[in-house]
Amino acid sequence: MEKTIRKYWPIFVVPTMAAFSIGFLIPFITGLYLSFCDFTTVSNATFTGLTNYIRAFSDTSSNFVHSLWYTALFSGLSTVLINFFGLLVALLLVRGFRGTNLFRTVFFMPNLIGGIVLGWLWQVILNGVLANYGVTIVTSEWYGFWGLIVVMCWQQAGYMMIIYISGLQAIPGELTEAAAIDGASAWQTLTRVKLPMLMPSITICTFLTITNGFKLFDQNLALTNGMPSNRSQMLALNIFDTFYGRTGWAGAGQAKAVVFCLLVVGIAMIQLRLTHSREVQQ
Amino acid sequence: MMNPTGTGGRLMAGKRLLNAFLTVLFSAVSILYLYPLLVILINSFKVKAYISRAPFALPLDKMFAADANYANGIAKTNFFDALKWSFVITVLSVFVILLCTSMCAWFISRVHNRWSRAIYFLCIFSMVVPFQMVMFTLSKTANTLGLTTPIGIVVVYLGFGAGLAVFMFSGFMRSSPISIEESAMIDGCEPVRTFFSIVLPILQPTYISTGILETMWIWNDYLLPYLVLDIKRYKTIPIAVQYLKGGYGSVDMGAMMATLVMAIVPIILFYLFSQKYIVSGVMAGAVKG
Repeated sequence: MEKTIRKYWPIFVVPTMAAFSIGFLIPFITGLYLSFCDFTTVSNATFTGLTNYIRAFSDTSSNFVHSLWYTALFSGLSTVLINFFGLLVALLLVRGFRGTNLFRTVFFMPNLIGGIVLGWLWQVILNGVLANYGVTIVTSEWYGFWGLIVVMCWQQAGYMMIIYISGLQAIPGELTEAAAIDGASAWQTLTRVKLPMLMPSITICTFLTITNGFKLFDQNLALTNGMPSNRSQMLALNIFDTFYGRTGWAGAGQAKAVVFCLLVVGIAMIQLRLTHSREVQQ
Repeated sequence: MMNPTGTGGRLMAGKRLLNAFLTVLFSAVSILYLYPLLVILINSFKVKAYISRAPFALPLDKMFAADANYANGIAKTNFFDALKWSFVITVLSVFVILLCTSMCAWFISRVHNRWSRAIYFLCIFSMVVPFQMVMFTLSKTANTLGLTTPIGIVVVYLGFGAGLAVFMFSGFMRSSPISIEESAMIDGCEPVRTFFSIVLPILQPTYISTGILETMWIWNDYLLPYLVLDIKRYKTIPIAVQYLKGGYGSVDMGAMMATLVMAIVPIILFYLFSQKYIVSGVMAGAVKG
């Protein structure tokens, strides 16, 4: 059977792979190459070695190093908070009291709304609240920071809740019953039985929240657009601004993009390895 | 121990009380959760000067703007054009992605050689790579190839969305038995027909989950269409919303509120009708990780 199918590769594989080359592979490889070049368009590139990388890290107008720490802090904190709320709500909702389906529907809904729409929506709400104290969301980079934390928790906690609920429902009833018969308290059942059994869900949820945090762009653009003076710029917006916000910085922008890419791939791999190793073997 | 039924009864009553309490608590939290959406709805009927000044007030008397914001928002963003383009791009892209990637995924799960392994690895890799890495070169490539129309962008979406879709489909095909396919092919059914008459129907749940995930992404995507499309002619909804901000001028908050409401309503309707599939799509996507 394998031999017969193999002959049909032009029909099965070529459409996807041709588009994949246009949409990902070729841009990825030329992007990698251009990060070592001086260029304004793709065709007039000249090789300049590491110059772009040096410029990227010494950029003072869209401060890359600042964005890096700002993004890392955001990503770490939002991962903890989103997963905490998602898991808490999931643990309560699996008890099955009246209205759980309705509540689940409500909490998940913000996930379907796009980042740009969410950013503008929350800008009005947050500015409305902050107006009582005579400030706005762009008065300081930290108002923007906490604003984004609120937006992302509101949006993503429901998504993680869904994953945690399906994880909790997959735990065999015998395990929790056995724990109850052995006299385990609710807290002990949670930490010794449920959480270890839930490690696969925790792996995927932390993976999604960490990478979403690092890649965040739309909400950042719509909520603060980097204000005040690019201080609330996260990495993705910083790179966008370096490319399209000024002229002559495309090379440095591409160098920043390569560093960003390495960072996200590296963190994703470390995270998967760390949490995978804690999963219970069955 | 003395009176087990009594303790049991008290436990049951306690549990019922706790559950009733949780229902009340969650009702309150749910209302709070939906409150931001309500504020936007209220503000869409408010005269724009009052939106930043009194965002939480009801639009009464002189604050009431009737449909002025909506008329303004529709005119400024060409909202119905944006709705049309968002719809065309999403439907076409998701259809093409599902068809092409499921065929590709079937091939690489049934043919075991180093090309199949390479394709699978590249697809996983592309899921983690942030868009900023390829955004500049991708928009140049798309421009050179003339993919700046709502039809052309489908190719770009197939390319960039292939990773997740191939991953989802291969995950399912690994666990599905190949005996039916084998017997069909022994009976003389060639691979293309085998795929369409046997594999495709079995894959139906995976088509739905993958379709949902890709729809959520493409409908809400901002940066990719902003860079790839000829945005003077074609604006999707997220582009239209962001476009209201314009250059350096101040934002017409009235038009903005009305546009936000119009952008959110179709999504909520879609959600209420296909909620079951969306939730199971998210679950399926997570399990495959």
